[in-house]
Amino acid sequence: MAEAKAPTTPRAVARPLSPHLQIYKLTWTMAMSVIHRATGVALYAGTLLLVYWLVSLAAGPDAFATAQAVFGSAIGRFVLFGYTWALLHHLAGGLRHFVWDLGYGYDLKTRMGMARATLIVSGILTVVLWAIGLSVG
Amino acid sequence: MGQFDFSIRTPVKGVRGLGSAKSGTGHFWQQRLTAVALVPLVLAFIAIVICASGRDYEAARALVGHPLTSIILLLFVVTGAIHGRLGLQVVIEDYVHHEGCKVAAVIANTLFTAAVAIAAIFAVLKISFGV
Repeated sequence: MAEAKAPTTPRAVARPLSPHLQIYKLTWTMAMSVIHRATGVALYAGTLLLVYWLVSLAAGPDAFATAQAVFGSAIGRFVLFGYTWALLHHLAGGLRHFVWDLGYGYDLKTRMGMARATLIVSGILTVVLWAIGLSVG
Repeated sequence: MGQFDFSIRTPVKGVRGLGSAKSGTGHFWQQRLTAVALVPLVLAFIAIVICASGRDYEAARALVGHPLTSIILLLFVVTGAIHGRLGLQVVIEDYVHHEGCKVAAVIANTLFTAAVAIAAIFAVLKISFGV
């Protein structure tokens, strides 16, 4: 009995770990999953743009003119274009998740189709909405 | 004795009896609830921004200050802030492994989203009430 060693702590036991992302071949669903998270984080930061626009409008004509100049510049428009795409892509990705939440679309064909559709629909919608926005504005 | 050199104990013994984290599916449910609400709100928000683009100061104030526009913007900002807070919390919990840094980041996430939402709410109400 005295010879029996105390069991090692669980942390000291080297158990096999599941392989990480870079082990797998990149697939459409994996890429769209990563992009969904990335666009979510981008939108989190991008909310500051909306706040800046609203606060400048509340502050007065001078502050609003500055904000309009910032958003109207080449860099400003590029960022807003990216924000639009991120918003629409995250929206499309969210709809895809609703389908899965309801218990549908788990077969290979459907999930690949939905992953591709997310990118195609968000891309087309971004261009269409900017065309409308530029023709109106 | 050789047969006692290994253990078949798993980390589950460390949490057994401590109970759940006491939040259950609350986080998941709020994430999906705000996501459902954001579908029409995002579309309405885009429509408002397109209408506002190219307008001068007075016209932009008139648009944002209209009761319907103001309410949609307030709903969008508040729902978006809650949704963003929940989402970024998951990202923090996935990638920040140091316990102290994780707690600090989760707190900062809440404070940041609250500040962003309050600033937007204040601006919209100020415009809408014509102050």
